[in-house]
Amino acid sequence: MPLPPLPFPPTPPLTWYLALSAILFALGVAGFLFRRNIITVFMSIELMLNAVNLSFITFSYKLKQNDGHIFSFFVMVVAAAEAAVGLAIILTVFKNRQTLEIDEVSSLKN
Amino acid sequence: MDSLLFLIFAAITVICAINLVVQTHPISSALSLIGVMGSLAVLYLLLGGEFIAAAQLVVYAGAIMVLFVFVIMLLNAGGERKKPRRLWPRYAGIPLLFLFLALMGYVGNRVLPPSGDVTFGSFVGGSAQEIGKRLFTVYLLPFEVTSVLILIAIVGAIVLARKEID
Repeated sequence: MPLPPLPFPPTPPLTWYLALSAILFALGVAGFLFRRNIITVFMSIELMLNAVNLSFITFSYKLKQNDGHIFSFFVMVVAAAEAAVGLAIILTVFKNRQTLEIDEVSSLKN
Repeated sequence: MDSLLFLIFAAITVICAINLVVQTHPISSALSLIGVMGSLAVLYLLLGGEFIAAAQLVVYAGAIMVLFVFVIMLLNAGGERKKPRRLWPRYAGIPLLFLFLALMGYVGNRVLPPSGDVTFGSFVGGSAQEIGKRLFTVYLLPFEVTSVLILIAIVGAIVLARKEID
């Protein structure tokens, strides 16, 4: 018995990957702007970095070169360094102020 | 088959990402982010990036997220307190987000030339061998500079997070 035809093409077009990347980036921006917990804001940044990595690898597939893979490898390395330093900063902020709300860490304002 | 895999894992990715943004407790957000990274690794595999998929799982889903969960547990972070938002982000935020997505979709569909399909296995440049060759010849200097960056990050993290010893 033959299967019914699928409602989508058998292989995904390249633009689907780019659209997914854009959606993830937009969600990352939304989390960055809407959330008030420092750690969640930080995770939104990681989400944006992942979205950009997906774009890099998609274009790398399109151009048949692996430079995009190496770029996203470097992005991962920088993200790891950033996470280590950023979480250390969060620890220090919490030690000095006993809060994780970004609205309450505002001594640079005014 | 490729499309089915893409759609399944893209759906998981988007649902986990929405959950990350919507949840108020950071530990729920962290677990959703692990879901995002795991399913993105599958998408990298579909695009022929074997090495990057493995690195995604080991570095992101393994190391970085363990660091996040560890800090959340250490700080005993609770949920956010509800506070009234200002008016314009509440009403302008979501429409502007969709405007951005529509713009990206327009660029992807109309401005860029037609791009063709992604078939699994048609790009083999993403294996560890190929990446290694490229990384240690053309990109040797950036690779070495990266080690300095990581050293600085280690020292910075220790200096920032240490206890003051009198």
